[in-house]
Amino acid sequence: MSALLSIQGMSHYFGGLKAVSNFNFDVPEGVIYGLIGPNGSGKTTTFNLVTGIYTPTEGKVIFDGQDITGMKSYKIVQLGVARTFQNLRIFGNLSVLDNIRIARHFKYEGGLFGSFFRTPGALREEKKIRQEALDLLEVMHLQNRAFEVAKNLPYGELRRLEIARALATKPKLILLDEPAAGMNPTEVSDLMNLIRRVRDEFKVTVFLIEHHMKVVMGICERIKVIDFGETIAEGLPEAVGKDPKVLEAYLGKGGA
Amino acid sequence: MGSFRLPRFTIAAVIFYLVIQGLSLIGVLNGYYIIIINQSLIFVILTVSLNLINGITGQFSLGHMGFAAVGAYVSGTITTILLKLSPDVASNYPIFLVAILVGGVFAAVVGLVIGFPSLRLKGDYLAIMTLGFGEIIRIILNNIDYVGGPRGLLGIPKFSTFPIIYLFTFVTIVIIRNLIQSSHGRAMLAVRENELAAELVGVDTTRYKVLGFVIGAFFSGIGGGLLAHLLQIAHPTQYGFYASALLLVYVYAGGMGSITGSIISAFALTFLSQALLLGLDSLSSMTGLPFGSEWRMVIYAVLLILIMLYRTEGLMGMKEAKLLIIEEEKK
Amino acid sequence: MGSIFNTQQIINGLGLGSIYALIALGYTMVYGIVRLINFAHGDFYMVGAYAAYGVFYLFNAFLGGGAPTAFLVLILAMAAGGAIATLANQIAYKPLRYKPKLSSLVTALGVSMFLEYFFSALPVIGASPRGFPDLLPKVIYKLGSAEISNYVIIDIAVAAVLMTGLTLLIQRTKLGRAMRAVSQDKDASKLMGIDVENIISWTFLIGGAFAGAAGLLAGMTYPRIDPYMGILPGLKAFIAAVLGGIGNVPGAMLGAYIMGLAETFANAWNSLLGAGIAFIILIIVLLVRPTGILGEKLADKI
Repeated sequence: MSALLSIQGMSHYFGGLKAVSNFNFDVPEGVIYGLIGPNGSGKTTTFNLVTGIYTPTEGKVIFDGQDITGMKSYKIVQLGVARTFQNLRIFGNLSVLDNIRIARHFKYEGGLFGSFFRTPGALREEKKIRQEALDLLEVMHLQNRAFEVAKNLPYGELRRLEIARALATKPKLILLDEPAAGMNPTEVSDLMNLIRRVRDEFKVTVFLIEHHMKVVMGICERIKVIDFGETIAEGLPEAVGKDPKVLEAYLGKGGA
Repeated sequence: MGSFRLPRFTIAAVIFYLVIQGLSLIGVLNGYYIIIINQSLIFVILTVSLNLINGITGQFSLGHMGFAAVGAYVSGTITTILLKLSPDVASNYPIFLVAILVGGVFAAVVGLVIGFPSLRLKGDYLAIMTLGFGEIIRIILNNIDYVGGPRGLLGIPKFSTFPIIYLFTFVTIVIIRNLIQSSHGRAMLAVRENELAAELVGVDTTRYKVLGFVIGAFFSGIGGGLLAHLLQIAHPTQYGFYASALLLVYVYAGGMGSITGSIISAFALTFLSQALLLGLDSLSSMTGLPFGSEWRMVIYAVLLILIMLYRTEGLMGMKEAKLLIIEEEKK
Repeated sequence: MGSIFNTQQIINGLGLGSIYALIALGYTMVYGIVRLINFAHGDFYMVGAYAAYGVFYLFNAFLGGGAPTAFLVLILAMAAGGAIATLANQIAYKPLRYKPKLSSLVTALGVSMFLEYFFSALPVIGASPRGFPDLLPKVIYKLGSAEISNYVIIDIAVAAVLMTGLTLLIQRTKLGRAMRAVSQDKDASKLMGIDVENIISWTFLIGGAFAGAAGLLAGMTYPRIDPYMGILPGLKAFIAAVLGGIGNVPGAMLGAYIMGLAETFANAWNSLLGAGIAFIILIIVLLVRPTGILGEKLADKI
């Protein structure tokens, strides 16, 4: 399996504060890869660096063979990287359908002129996007909500919507930032099944940040543990789970 | 968010037009009312174009009348120069059309020039940057003697008649409505709703912010051009910071993000303005106290504060009337 | 042409800068504490000028003139500025404190419009400019080839005293500490038992008082007042605050003096440049370093 995402020598400083220190790791294609660590260890920062929200102070990010270091976020997304957010970032006042359709926009072939005057070409493209969006909603079991205002949805469905929206960009790699946050046990099980489906049916490599150990141990095939921006451990879940350094990071010295 | 009921809207627009013309012919609506209606229509164009920037794309432009000024001065200069060359120009409507469109294009270019640096900023900084640019436009125009300087550009031929203004307003509403309904419009709404998320679903947010600005500036320029050819004068003070602030009242009162709201509020506030003038006038003559026209602005200011305090979303919020669009329906 | 950078221009520039500084401080303090660009602040300056005018005309007979009268008028101008600022805060800004910032911005515009048009609508005041009375006899000092009015010296002196007082207040008093705390972190301040709304009120009061003082000084030095006199100086003082770093008190002072000097020199060279220099400075600042000379870079937490 080749590396879909390759992080090389990546460090990032906020002023004098070191957030990420010399990360070197690969996310192989087709894998479900977990990134865990105590709060403030640099997990979301890593996601932000990969998706172009920050430009790494040092190092490189290679995606699908291409150097995407320093690229603008929207370009990175168009190349095939999608993400969800720790604090939901749904387009609240728009409909569920619109939330999905916007994620198809960069594939829209209708020009501005077509939009101004509703030319047949533009209307055809609109129909295509609409159908693609409705189909995706059906696969994600959200089709009944298609025309509702997004902010009215219950929390669990909102999380599912954000994942659906990310999938609508037809990515090769999806970054999920704490997808299980605030979920009850049933929702967590459903989420784990969904993530497996994302990888198996949608053929998308999954890179996720999670605190929920059941999720991490249940579906991740590789895990990387970090603390204070440094790598603590990396590898298969069983090995990582027993690594004394990992236990120390989470439980403190003498907690092993 | 729903599909544009173009046929229905067109029919309604035609009916409204015929009604106005009819009433005017039989003398119910005299010249005075037509003037107010013309001004209302131009304000519809200005308000809707500002709403595209502030309400739909979620940016904050505090210098919108600067674009109108560019449109007014450019189109006015073209027609006045041509008029000097040949008096026949005064009845040459195609030339007028070209002049107005050129004015709009110049305004759009100014929008591009201002938009690029400004739209890197957010919130307050964007507001003051646009304010600064609006003032710079005014100061520049005030100091170009060729277009009249502080006296303003005079002698602009009166091309703006009710049918022409009505047509421009109709087309403006249709185009902007179509834009909002399209994928591009959704991208702009996404920028408003959550800029970071929009960026992270592949939307080039800078491009769409600038686009909103440029299109808004274009139509504002059209509005300015129409106004100049209605009043037959273009003057820097008409397009200063306070004019822009007043336009904000119009957009807020109708609802940030609602085209219907902008249409209603442009008419309502323009008529209200006239009513206040008349009312204050009669109040003055009745009581003998001097109620100057400044009281009208005082009332506007209080109105704005009250709207902000008690109904921030304005009349329509972000909703549209059924005449203009219908909500998406399940199949 | 002769050098425009001569002593006379420098002193005049400092005088103008002093007035801008007093206005800019109010802008920056309010922004620092509630993140609001109070567009009405220039109008508090106007209210101060009119209050001084009113007081002088009403009570001149009793007061006798001279320095004590001038001092009293200054106090009353500051009181008027402070009062109107506090009122505006209570009625228009406080209710919108926790709503989206855009609403407060637009409301501030409304307050500004209200004050200007209200003052010009009132028959007793009216829109026409009025001449400002000479509170103190005007004296021109000669320094080499430079002619310097005592009014300009007074502007600089009064501003210096007030700014020193403000600095002492902020650094040494309990109120000052509370103001600094609230502008850093409102929630933490609340948890420490600080009455945040009270501190905000005080900030508006002090800012408004300074604007009122500036109004009096401006009325005295450039003796024409009208209800719209606050628009341009307010805008320029605001730009000065941005130049120095909006929210930063020493920044506001620095920015204001730079602005005063720049405007005076620009005007001496070319009046169009003088009219536009403030906005040119604004554009440059926003393009190059939006957080201003002394401002900090604000980071967004994702």
